[in-house]
Amino acid sequence: MAQVEETQVKEGVDQETVDAVKSINTYKYGWETDIEMEYAPKGVNPDIVRLISDKNDEPEWMTEWRLAAFARWEKMDEPDWSMLKYPTPDFQDQYYYARPKSMEEKPKSLDEVDPKLLATYEKLGIPLKEQMILAGVEGAEDMPAEGRKVAVDAVFDSVSVGTTFQDELKKAGVIFCSISEAIKEHPELVKKYLGTVVPVTDNFYATLNSAVFSDGSFVYVPPGVRCPMELSTYFRINAENTGQFERTLIIADKGSYVSYLEGCTAPQRDTAQLHAAVVEIIIEEDAEVKYSTVQNWYPGDENGKGGIYNFVTKRADCRGDRSKVMWTQVETGSAVTWKYPSCILRGDESQGEFYSIAITNNYQQADTGTKMIHLGKDTKSRIVSKGISAGKSQNVYRGLVSMHPRAQNGRNYTQCDSLLIGDKCGAHTVPYIEIKNNSARVEHEATTSKVDDDQLFYCRARGMDEEEAVALVVNGFCKEVLQALPMEFAMEAQQLVAISLEGSVG
Amino acid sequence: MALPQVKQSALEARLEGLSLPQTGAWLGMAQSDALTRLNAMGLPAPRDEYWRFTNPTSLTAPVPTPAALFSPQDEAPMFDALDRLKLVFVDGVFDADASDEIALEGLEIERLAEAGQADIHWAKDIYGKLEERGQDPVQRPLATLNTAFATDGVLIRATGKVSKPVQLVYLHQDENSDAILHHVIRVEEGAELTILENGPAAARFNKVMEVDVADRAEFHHVRTQGRDHERRAATHIFARLGAESLFKSFTMTANGVMTRNEVVIELTGDNANAHVAGACMGDGDFHHDDTVFITHDAVNCESRQVFKKVLRNGATGVFQGKILVQPGAQKTDGYQISQSLLLDENAQFLAKPELEIYADDVACSHGSTSGAIDETALFYLQSRGIPHAEATDLLTLAFLAEAIEEISSEEIADDIRDRLEAWLLRRRG
Repeated sequence: MAQVEETQVKEGVDQETVDAVKSINTYKYGWETDIEMEYAPKGVNPDIVRLISDKNDEPEWMTEWRLAAFARWEKMDEPDWSMLKYPTPDFQDQYYYARPKSMEEKPKSLDEVDPKLLATYEKLGIPLKEQMILAGVEGAEDMPAEGRKVAVDAVFDSVSVGTTFQDELKKAGVIFCSISEAIKEHPELVKKYLGTVVPVTDNFYATLNSAVFSDGSFVYVPPGVRCPMELSTYFRINAENTGQFERTLIIADKGSYVSYLEGCTAPQRDTAQLHAAVVEIIIEEDAEVKYSTVQNWYPGDENGKGGIYNFVTKRADCRGDRSKVMWTQVETGSAVTWKYPSCILRGDESQGEFYSIAITNNYQQADTGTKMIHLGKDTKSRIVSKGISAGKSQNVYRGLVSMHPRAQNGRNYTQCDSLLIGDKCGAHTVPYIEIKNNSARVEHEATTSKVDDDQLFYCRARGMDEEEAVALVVNGFCKEVLQALPMEFAMEAQQLVAISLEGSVG
Repeated sequence: MALPQVKQSALEARLEGLSLPQTGAWLGMAQSDALTRLNAMGLPAPRDEYWRFTNPTSLTAPVPTPAALFSPQDEAPMFDALDRLKLVFVDGVFDADASDEIALEGLEIERLAEAGQADIHWAKDIYGKLEERGQDPVQRPLATLNTAFATDGVLIRATGKVSKPVQLVYLHQDENSDAILHHVIRVEEGAELTILENGPAAARFNKVMEVDVADRAEFHHVRTQGRDHERRAATHIFARLGAESLFKSFTMTANGVMTRNEVVIELTGDNANAHVAGACMGDGDFHHDDTVFITHDAVNCESRQVFKKVLRNGATGVFQGKILVQPGAQKTDGYQISQSLLLDENAQFLAKPELEIYADDVACSHGSTSGAIDETALFYLQSRGIPHAEATDLLTLAFLAEAIEEISSEEIADDIRDRLEAWLLRRRG
């Protein structure tokens, strides 16, 4: 039994905040689905790569692409620059492919999917029925039914179980399917875009992913189309000793818009499991993509045993002029998180935004942040990061803002705040700032005292004391970030709103 | 672990021309210990994370790049107007004739080489020791190289309130000089000492200053690094601060193709206070790197880092700053600001302002900004009849003000302001 420790918190951190952080870290998704699985042999080698490719019925070019990635990966070293301490995973002691036996023959429609799998998602609050709203979202009943539809692609271990609303999306011209399907059905699109944002050679985990990714989601929104509903992928790891390697490719063609949500959970186990995903987003002229994540992988127990090692490469390429991307992430799970959703602002007047809330507890470690690479003229970016650490956890913000010589009039604003709950945790900030032209304006701040003077003055003029006024403005600001999350994440978000950032340190 | 082949050969090439430390007395032992440590770490290489923004090649090369001599005839030598005790080094060698006689109440000064032969010496517990403490978590091999091969330097011990500042003047007279100086300073309990440093020193200058500030002691430091265009320098200050002590250091840098100034401070006693500031102005072929690492390891300490850089015409400014708050270092007040003013489109500013915090009741903040001169302010001044060039200089000086305010002595601060203004004037043409 773990010894119950009283946490001493400093003045200014209210009980509501402490409770909210605690409740978020009580893991509700730790159960396991008992289902017959089929595995590829343990370990990774060219044969396994071929086998995965074969299982997905892929064309030859795809197999070659994977094998080249694998050859490259074998020569690479695991990166060690992050502020994370974890034993190096034994890459040969796990499965790279696991699928439910019932998925051997790909079901033609959701009606044919194994009821056990449907029940799994039902229990997670993600029913794979074409219903209007997701269960359990407070207040969602009052929403007009129209426009609250969410299409879901459900990924279970290594395979996609099914995708909802495909017909309706097809009518709008939107392609939303699993990536394995896209490789077969839309090879020209996959060939054109896959690996162009995150090249095969990008980094250790992205290269491994390129070799062994088993499934994931594919989205293509044609020119001028506003995607009629929100798209969502739900990742579930179920099998033991199995790594999940998914690949997501989103293409927003000229003038289109799509909002994409991602959720993930895993059973409670003593041994750590590996998850290494790659997400690539291509945004053409005047298009906009909103990508939201609630990452809730199993974080390990209170003694730091088990949990998911989450090594993720996410990048958006704003290729066209006036294109826009917005990353919103709530990171509450995983034993180890290594994740930097980034924006390449290539098109003139393109915009990138990154809103993040990372909460760590017990022995969790998070090293997360973003990169804003300004290449085009008049590009803008904004980074708002809130890190909250409790227990014996470590929470790092790591980011890069780079203004290239050509990025005339580039503008960046960065704010990172962190809150420590208890005296045994850590909060760290590692920003890199590289400015190569003088018309760019870059500001990096990490204080709570720097709230908007006008707002403060307004509050003071109405009789509040300074402290109250600051608290109100800061709290309001935090809520604003959370409200950037789509409705479907409201449940988690509602709990998070209770967290105040009083007593923050930069 | 053995060094990679590339690092091994680079180190061997660098060590070739240097004479090995003499063993025997305490100094020799400290030097050979440093050599052992250096052999294990190797020299900095361009791909090292800590040298991400500054290429160390010219600082680690076997021989220095020659630097033309420069004599600033247009201004009086630095600190000349002050009543001070002057110690002169020419290309890294102490010049007794040019220096003042060392006789000042509350002050002991010795040359490193002489004191190093003694059986027992107070500096034994500091020489190389503070440098070694500063090697974790980030390695600083150039400082270890200095500890192992320093040929000259002074050991200064203040036992009371020293009546006038000690000035270390570094003259540069040989185009190919490669100087390695190592100073050790101990400010005893309740004592006060001011150190002034100025001059380019050599074509390539490697300097380490270890400063041990005892409880309730005060240490003030102001340096200017010379206006030579071609000089290169890698300097380190390692300081340890006792309870209720005060440490204040300010550096002005104008010109110089390569400067890397590292300051490593450990606050080990409660209520200690450390301020590090810098103002630099670069025009053309100029690379200036301020790397600061402050560790809070006691309760209720304060630290401030204020760095301002004015850059033009292809000049590059670098800032790497870190505040590390150890577990238990509650009530820490840490402040860090790094700002750059880019006067034209070719200038660059690269920064990495870091925080690493393991205590919950602290107030740490950092800010970093970069941008061109404020057009609105410029317009305001011009609309009131101030010509464009003058208005730009005025705003540039205003930008640097916060860093200069960190200088304890008003007299010196005024002098520095005048020199910065003169620097700007010369460039107005």
